[in-house]
Amino acid sequence: MNQKYMLPLAGVFLLFLLAYAGVEGVGLQWLFGIVIPYLAVIAFIYGFVNRVMCWAGSAVPFRIPTTCGQQKSFPWIKQNRIDNPDTAIGVFIRMLFEIFLFRSLFRNTKAAFNRDENNKLTYSWEIFLWLGALAFHYGFLVVTLRHLRFFLEPVPASLAFLEYLDGIVQIGLPGVFVSGIVLLAAALFLLARRIFDAKVSYISLAADYFPLFLIIGIAATGIAMRYFTKVDITGVKEFTMGLVTFHPVIPPGVGGLFYAHVLMVSVLFAYFPMSKLMHAGGIFLSPTRNMANNTRAKRHINPWNYAVDVHTYEQYEDHFREKMIEAGLPVDKEE
Amino acid sequence: MSKNVIVAGLTVFVIVALFPFWFNIGNTNAAPEAELSAKAKAAKKCVLDKYDMRANHMSLLDDWRDTVVRDSKRVYKAANGKTFGMSLSTGEDSCMGCHVDKEKFCDKCHNYVSVAPSCWECHTDPKEVTQ
Ligand code: HEC
Ligand code: HEC
Ligand code: HEC
Ligand code: HEM
Repeated sequence: MNQKYMLPLAGVFLLFLLAYAGVEGVGLQWLFGIVIPYLAVIAFIYGFVNRVMCWAGSAVPFRIPTTCGQQKSFPWIKQNRIDNPDTAIGVFIRMLFEIFLFRSLFRNTKAAFNRDENNKLTYSWEIFLWLGALAFHYGFLVVTLRHLRFFLEPVPASLAFLEYLDGIVQIGLPGVFVSGIVLLAAALFLLARRIFDAKVSYISLAADYFPLFLIIGIAATGIAMRYFTKVDITGVKEFTMGLVTFHPVIPPGVGGLFYAHVLMVSVLFAYFPMSKLMHAGGIFLSPTRNMANNTRAKRHINPWNYAVDVHTYEQYEDHFREKMIEAGLPVDKEE
Repeated sequence: MSKNVIVAGLTVFVIVALFPFWFNIGNTNAAPEAELSAKAKAAKKCVLDKYDMRANHMSLLDDWRDTVVRDSKRVYKAANGKTFGMSLSTGEDSCMGCHVDKEKFCDKCHNYVSVAPSCWECHTDPKEVTQ
């Protein structure tokens, strides 16, 4: 038992129960369906902008790109233009790889001592975190995009195409969407890694577990609604369209599970700007990634530099000329 | 990064985050009403209760399909005492036998929530055949 995950787990259960009991028992649909989602949207956007503006205000005194390849040098030495970019285009491509493929995570290595008498330190390539992270983020992206069908009328054809691709296995009715399953499985894998890998477990905090449990809760309630308990999707769309057209309505017959899903989503979005989830915005502002390594070609002046009173050689000579001549030292100007 | 670039990026973020709000300006929250055919109106009752039908008709169809194809049973005794032919479109007591107008009934909802059941690649809408 570890309170670092027991506490967030209990918290997510509590959120679920709060919405479920609040709706089924007390009839607080308007609170969990209307008030809290609107507040969450405001908190998300305001918090996100605020956070980024706060980061924008901090100084970046030095060029500190991390580089993983040959720097631009003599023309006969081949430069690695992406891993050690010296132009804006190189940086842009590097950022694309980073954002869409998590390239630096791909290079993740694991350090361990050999379990024999040599006890040598060895490094090995560790790909599973990258695979899990990629599956998780793309699952989340596709599920979120697909959810737009609840929020747009008419639904654009591109979304219908995405649904077609995502549902291409055509198992059961309603047909299985692969992305939802991938999202849940990947989130469970990332959780298992934090719990069972002793080294990762040691550095994991409640703030690492909470978003994981929350997302697992969201995916589990969503999957339960779609495949097992069922909700009236037409009614749900009336509800979501009500939210985005500012004429909120509560659909009849839609039960507590749906509001539990929505409450957990609302908490996730409201919590986003004040948590580690802000790495979504932070990746764009990483100075180790978004700067060109052109320190040898261009002079970068530290914005913190204040004007320094320097004593130049001329001033020095002016000061000591007579004494220098007297001592027979060479001077630039004679008199 | 320069502050201008960051502010531009944030502007894009806010516009994208609010996408459903501005996309739907002038829209209403009302779903299109699925029109019951005269025949369905006369029958009064569907296979399950109304809410169950709305939420669960795909699972019912899945059930029917498996029962017909695997067990060759074609008659369904509903909880409300009526019997139905377990068929998408064959016979007077099948889905399409009662909900005769697919466009005004099934499709109305399906277009609204963006589902495109693949059933009609093989099954026919009886109305199409007689036309
Ligand atoms: C009240 C609105 C409504 C009406 C009327 C309606 N449907 Fe549906 N139907 C839905 C919704 C909503 C879904 C999607 C549920 C989901 O995505 O979980 C759906 C899904 C389906 C699916 C599963 C599609 C898939 O690929 O997952 C089938 C099959 C289906 N409907 C058949 C029919 C038939 C046949 C009729 C006409 C007799 C009909 N429906 C009438 C709302 C409706
Ligand atoms: C005997 C005629 C009959 C048959 C057969 C029948 N229905 Fe219905 N259906 C109705 C009636 C009548 C209603 C309206 C029920 C009500 O308002 O309580 C209805 C309602 C519905 C609704 C809800 C519509 C809404 O606007 O809320 C759906 C969805 C539906 N039926 C789908 C089906 C499907 C799918 C089948 C085949 C499995 C089917 N029906 C078979 C008569 C029928
Ligand atoms: C690849 C072609 C194909 C597709 C796609 C298809 N079916 Fe069928 N279906 C069949 C065949 C063949 C039978 C067997 C017909 C029989 O024995 O009467 C059948 C039988 C059925 C039956 C029982 C018999 C009857 O008369 O309807 C149901 C119900 C059914 N399908 C529902 C569906 C639904 C719902 C979908 C869409 C999600 C669907 N089917 C998609 C080929 C298809
Ligand atoms: C307020 C916003 C949201 C609403 C109103 C909502 C509503 C719903 C509904 C009604 C379903 C059932 C879908 C069906 O039966 O076809 C569902 C499923 C699901 N939801 Fe949400 N949801 C929201 C946000 C989210 C978010 C942010 C996530 C996380 C990525 C998420 C993850 C899922 C998953 C994984 C499913 C399972 C089915 C699938 O793969 O589509 N939901 N949601």
